Formats: sequence, structure tokens, C-alpha cells
Amino acid sequence: MSTDPTNPHRPDLLRRRLLMGMAAAPFMGLAARSAFAQAPATAAVNTTGLAVTDTEVTVGILHSVTGTMAISETGSVQAEKLAIEQINAMGGVLGRKIKIIQEDGASDWPNFAEKAKKLLVNDKCASVFGCWTSASRKAVLPVFEQYNGMLYYPTFYEGLEQSKNVIYTGQEATQQIIAGLDWVNKTKGAKTFYLLGSDYIWPRTSNKIARKHIEGHLAGGKVVGEEYFPLGHTQFNSVINKIKLVKPDVIYAIIVGGSNVAFYKQLKAAGIDLSKQTLLTISVTEDEIDGIGGENIAGAFACMKYFQSLDNPNNKAFVEAFHKMWGDKTVIGDVTQAAYLGPWLWKYTVEKAGSFDIDKVAAASPGVEFKGAPEGYVRIHENHHLWSKTRVGKARADGQYDVIYETADLVEPDPFPKGYQ
Amino acid sequence: MSVFSKERYGFLARSEILGLLALAALIVVVVPLSLDIFRLNLVGKYLTYAFVAIGLVLCWGFGGILSLGQGIFFGLGGYCMAMFLKLEASSVENTKIQSTPGIPDFMDWNQLTSLPWFWQPFKSLPLTLIAVVAVPAVFAFVIGTAMFKRRVGGVYFAIITQAVAAILTILIIGQQGFTGGINGITDLRTLLGWDIRTDHAKYVLYFVNAALLMGVLVLGYFVRASKLGRILVAMRDKEDRVRFSGYSVASFKTFVFCLAAALAAVGGAMFTLQVGFMSPSFVGIVPSIEMVIYTAVGGRLSLIGAVYGTLLVNAAKTALSESFPQLWLLGLGGLFIAVVLAFPNGLAGIWGAWIAPWFARLTKSGSHGSAVANGSPAE
Repeated sequence: MSTDPTNPHRPDLLRRRLLMGMAAAPFMGLAARSAFAQAPATAAVNTTGLAVTDTEVTVGILHSVTGTMAISETGSVQAEKLAIEQINAMGGVLGRKIKIIQEDGASDWPNFAEKAKKLLVNDKCASVFGCWTSASRKAVLPVFEQYNGMLYYPTFYEGLEQSKNVIYTGQEATQQIIAGLDWVNKTKGAKTFYLLGSDYIWPRTSNKIARKHIEGHLAGGKVVGEEYFPLGHTQFNSVINKIKLVKPDVIYAIIVGGSNVAFYKQLKAAGIDLSKQTLLTISVTEDEIDGIGGENIAGAFACMKYFQSLDNPNNKAFVEAFHKMWGDKTVIGDVTQAAYLGPWLWKYTVEKAGSFDIDKVAAASPGVEFKGAPEGYVRIHENHHLWSKTRVGKARADGQYDVIYETADLVEPDPFPKGYQ
Repeated sequence: MSVFSKERYGFLARSEILGLLALAALIVVVVPLSLDIFRLNLVGKYLTYAFVAIGLVLCWGFGGILSLGQGIFFGLGGYCMAMFLKLEASSVENTKIQSTPGIPDFMDWNQLTSLPWFWQPFKSLPLTLIAVVAVPAVFAFVIGTAMFKRRVGGVYFAIITQAVAAILTILIIGQQGFTGGINGITDLRTLLGWDIRTDHAKYVLYFVNAALLMGVLVLGYFVRASKLGRILVAMRDKEDRVRFSGYSVASFKTFVFCLAAALAAVGGAMFTLQVGFMSPSFVGIVPSIEMVIYTAVGGRLSLIGAVYGTLLVNAAKTALSESFPQLWLLGLGGLFIAVVLAFPNGLAGIWGAWIAPWFARLTKSGSHGSAVANGSPAE
């Protein structure tokens, strides 16, 4: 959206440099390549005045470490710091160590905008890893577009957005929803759905997509109820009574934050046994179960792209490194893993572009892959979202999920889904 | 006025004029010269809160009406301005990827297909500017009339304003198709074609804001020196006597409450212009109480102290949160407790009790010009 006119001289310069490089390559052979990998000149990789020196590159981390969102965002901060430490141990990015400037969003959206501006304008961060809620992302988006920064955003979210200045490392709504609904329809023969959500844009948009899919694409699919609750709501008795009356095949719950604790406890107290009543959620990760208590939610199904119990070598190494750095008791949820992808994707993109310049990084992003991702292989789509698999997990009493289904192929991100709006 | 003739120029005492000049020099000359545009924009943002704080000095410090809901009016003013800017940013050309081009993006996401009726007036700038002041003032009038005519006051009034702030937040969040919900109204770009995001625009808006603030301060001094101001103080100290003297206490209270609301709304509108968005997080209980804290730190009896209090608290908030991302809230909380315990009259109290006498001794002039001229309230 921002239209930064590129310096008219720059393409020429770049082409000349490339030509020189290509001409020199045959003579220097391998030596040249290893020298390049060590540290190309700062003037060449940073033409727009970012905080890049010969030995260091500065990036920002912008999450809430205080306020109501701190409990959710702490995992993201930890994952980003782990990734950056690992990258630095490998020699950094283009031969430069990553230096972190961390700012606190304080669960306050305007504050996010203020700090984003500070990271871009004052600190000239080459990249920022941060934000969690949609509201905080919406608040910083104009800042990133105006000052031409790069944001790696980890949370699964409602879609309906695409920016040159943002890489969305979580799933957008259709990736998370459609595969899960198809699965529950096919394996459980589910036809009637009761949709629940916290009252803000993500649950509302997600339920809208879910309703369209249920009514338009599932044989005999029917939505028998849809209700929303203010954030922080703790009284779910009346809706639970309605659910008992209507007896839907599936309770589809997108309740977020602290409300989850009350919701699942009250479900259990009302005698709804999740081993008999199918409940599918897209908002409860291992982090939330920590608060809800595994025994209250055991048997529920969650649909997202990552679970800590995922069985593959990448994930084993990731979980081990995470526990080593942050303690054995920390749990790793979907967003935490997505946050871990951010610094790695940025590193690979910068190395592909051969430059820290935001415009070049944005342009080089599509097609960048990360084979070492804990969730398995991921790749950046032209629309700056990730191709990734969708999985269904079944909650265990110990707070972990058993992964019981995953899509055969990577699911294409589609932030502006046709026919679902 | 004959009693004060030597010291007063119109409605201002000499010390007050000096205070105003010093403040003007600070925010119009010193700050712009010493800060880069990013920091200056932050100061501009802080100064928009000072409008609220000045309103609170009039309403709470002089009138004795503690409102814990000034965020309502700050927010309403800000939303009015944001609606105008959003409509301008949502031209058919800018929004052609939407299913209904020409309406704000969040409406499109919520399946609205036409602009709601109450958004229509905000296509016009003059109507918007009227609405910025009128909507909050009328709202305050309704609350004020309903409460004060029934002689609801003190903590009960404070609690009710707080409840209204909570209700309004829930309303704005719940009606996201019409209001932008919890995300607020974001991505504002131009004012009548003038890009408000450029550095140049930020300078201009900063000075407009500073000029408005000085104007509001002078207005505050005018109100305080007028008969109205003296009735306010009398009401605060002995409401019954004022009533038995034949004054309509409810009308005076409603008036000062509306005035404070209108001032807060001007601040809100300037906030939207300078920060580029508006969200329900400025309307609720927490920001409303924060605004009272600015006034308390500055000194609730001092108009000019309110501006310094706002600047100090916000600067501390920014500085502490940048240096200690994990601990800053504790530091800030400590600061409030320290100020309120040690200096119940805030910064103005420190000035009046320590610095002004020291100056007086230094210059060997008389001991006039105490910033706490109105004395302590009788509560």
C-alpha cells in the first residue's frame, strides 16, 4: 500500500554489481563464495540506512510482557529468542550477529503502534518479530507500511489482510477451519454444529467461514446455533443449557483467553462428557490447557497446524532446545512454534535476497522455504502467508494433544477466500 | 476586581501569566528544537491528554465532581474525527478489492453493504468538527442532568461514570460492523487530501495542538476567575449553602461537567489526528482512571500543573517501558504512590511549597503567586 519510490539509480547499481560478481566468479571459484557467505560489505547489503554494521544487525521483538496478553505472548518471545540464539550460534545472518531490542506492547494497542514506530524510526530495526492479537497488528500495520518495516506475525488469525510489509507465519482462517470441518464431517458423520466465540473479529470471521463451509460444502450440514461472549466472560451456563437442549453433533468453540477456563469447567460441571459429545476448537493450544486443566478438556479436538507432541526429528530437537533454554515445565503451543519460524524465515529470505533492504526482502519472500520447521516443511506463498499442513489433535488429561489426523498436502493460504465472505 | 488590581491583568494574575509564558516557551520552542520528529510526535500525543487533565481540574479540582469516565468523552471526540478520516481513506478507489467499495474496510468484513445512517454526517468536515464537541457535550449533559438533578454526587457519581465507560466500551466492541470493534478505526491517511502521516504534517499538527492547548488553558483561567469559578469552589466546599443561597447547583455542575467533556473531546480529536487511529482502549475504565492520575500528579487545583503532570507521567511511562520492558509497571505504580503520599497537591504543591518560596527569597520580592491559591478542599 505504501508507495516508496525506489531510488532510480539503485537498479543500475545493483545490476552492475551483479555483473561484476558474475564476471569475477569463475576466477575466484569457491573462495569467493565462502568470502561472500562470511560478510559482504555493509554498503552493499544495506542501502537504506537500517541498523546493520559489519558485525551486527538489529532486530526488534514487540510483544506484551505485561498486561492480560502477557500469558499468551510470553511463549512467542521465548521462541523468537531461541531462534535468534540458534541463528547466532550458526554465524548469524550474512555474517552478522543478530542483536535484539525488545519492547513491551503492554496489551495496549496504541502502545504497540508507539513502540513499533520507535523500533522502525529510532532503532532502524531490519526486521520486527511481534504482535499477537489482531487488534495489535491492525494498530501497527500502518506504521510498518509508512516507514517500510518488516513484521513477522505469528498468530493464527482471521485473514482478510495482506501486506508487503508483513509475513504471516500462523495460519489464516480458511487453512485452520476447512480441513477440520471436513475431517469431523467425514470421520464422525457430524451434521449439526453449534458455533461459539468470543466477541471480536477473529472468532466472528472464523465462524462466518465455518458457517459458509458447513452450509455450502458439507452434505446435510446445518448450523443450529451461534453465540458470542464478551472477552473475559465467565458465565456460560445459559448457553450450555441450550446446547444440552439442541444436542448438536459438534460444539465448535472459538473462545479465547481466560474465558476458556470457565467454559470448559462449566461444561464438565454440567455433565457434558467430551468423550461422547464432540467438541472442536481452534483456539485452545497447549498454553491454554495449562490454565484450563487437562482433566477438564480431555477428549476435545483441536484443529491447528502444530502440537508439541508432533513426532518428527525437527520437532524433537526444537522441543528439547526450548526446554533447555526456558525450563522443562514450559509448554509449546501452535503460536509459539509459528513465532519460532519468524527469525528463520527472515534469515533465509535475507540470504536469498543478498540484502537486508526491506524492499528486497519483501520481494524475495515468496518461495522461501524452511525445511527445519518443527511443524515440518513450510514455504512462503506469494501472498506472504505460509503453505502449511493442518492437523487435528485430541486433548489428553496431561495437557498434551495426540495428533490423530493431518492433511496429506500443504494447505494453500487464502486470506481473501472467494465464496466465504 | 479592585481588590486584586495591582497584581491582575484582566482575569490573570501576574504569576499565572508568567507560568503560561514559561509553558508556551517549553512546548512551542524548547521541545520542538530539542527532540526529533518521532519524540515530538509522542509529546504531541501526551499533550492531547492534557486537555482531559485541564477539564478534570475544572470539574474535579474546582467543582468537586470526580469523574472516572473522562475516557468516554476523549473517545467520543476521537471517534468522531476518526470516522471522518476513515471515510476519506475509504474512497471507492482505495477500496476496490472489497465486495462493497467505498465503505470502510471493517464494514465490508462484517457484511455491511451500505454506510450506516449515523456515519453520513461525517462525510463533511464542518459537521464533523461540530460533532467532535457537540456529541460528547450532549452526552455529558444527559448524564449530568440525570445525576445532578437527583442530587447524586461524590463517589456515587464517580462509580456511575465508570459504569458508563464500561458500557460504552462493550457497545463499541460488540458493534464491530459499525465501529470497527476492538481493533478500532485504523489506517487513517488524509485530511481533505492532506497526508497526515508525513513528518511535515506531524510538525503542523503538533503546533496546532499546542496552540489549542494554550487557548484551553487561558479559557480555564477565565472560568476560574469568573463568578462561575467561585460558585464552583463554593459548591465543592459547602454545597448546601450555595443551594440555600438560591443557586441551581445541578445546573452549575452539569455545565462544568459538559465543559470538561468538550475539552476532553478536543483532546481526543487531536489525538486521532496525530496518532492516526482510535480504538476502544481509550474509552474504558483503565484509561479514564489514568487520566485522573495525570491530574492528581500535576495537582488537581492547578490548571497548568495538570499539563506538567500529564507530560511527566507519560514521559515516565515511555521511558520506563523502553528501559525495563518487564518491570516498568511497578516503577510507574511506585511513582504514583510516592507522589500522592508525599505531595497530596501534586507537582503544583511541590512548586507552591518549595520552589516558589525559594524563588521569592532569591528575588527578595513579595510572597505572592502561590500556585495553590484556592487552598485545599474541605473534604
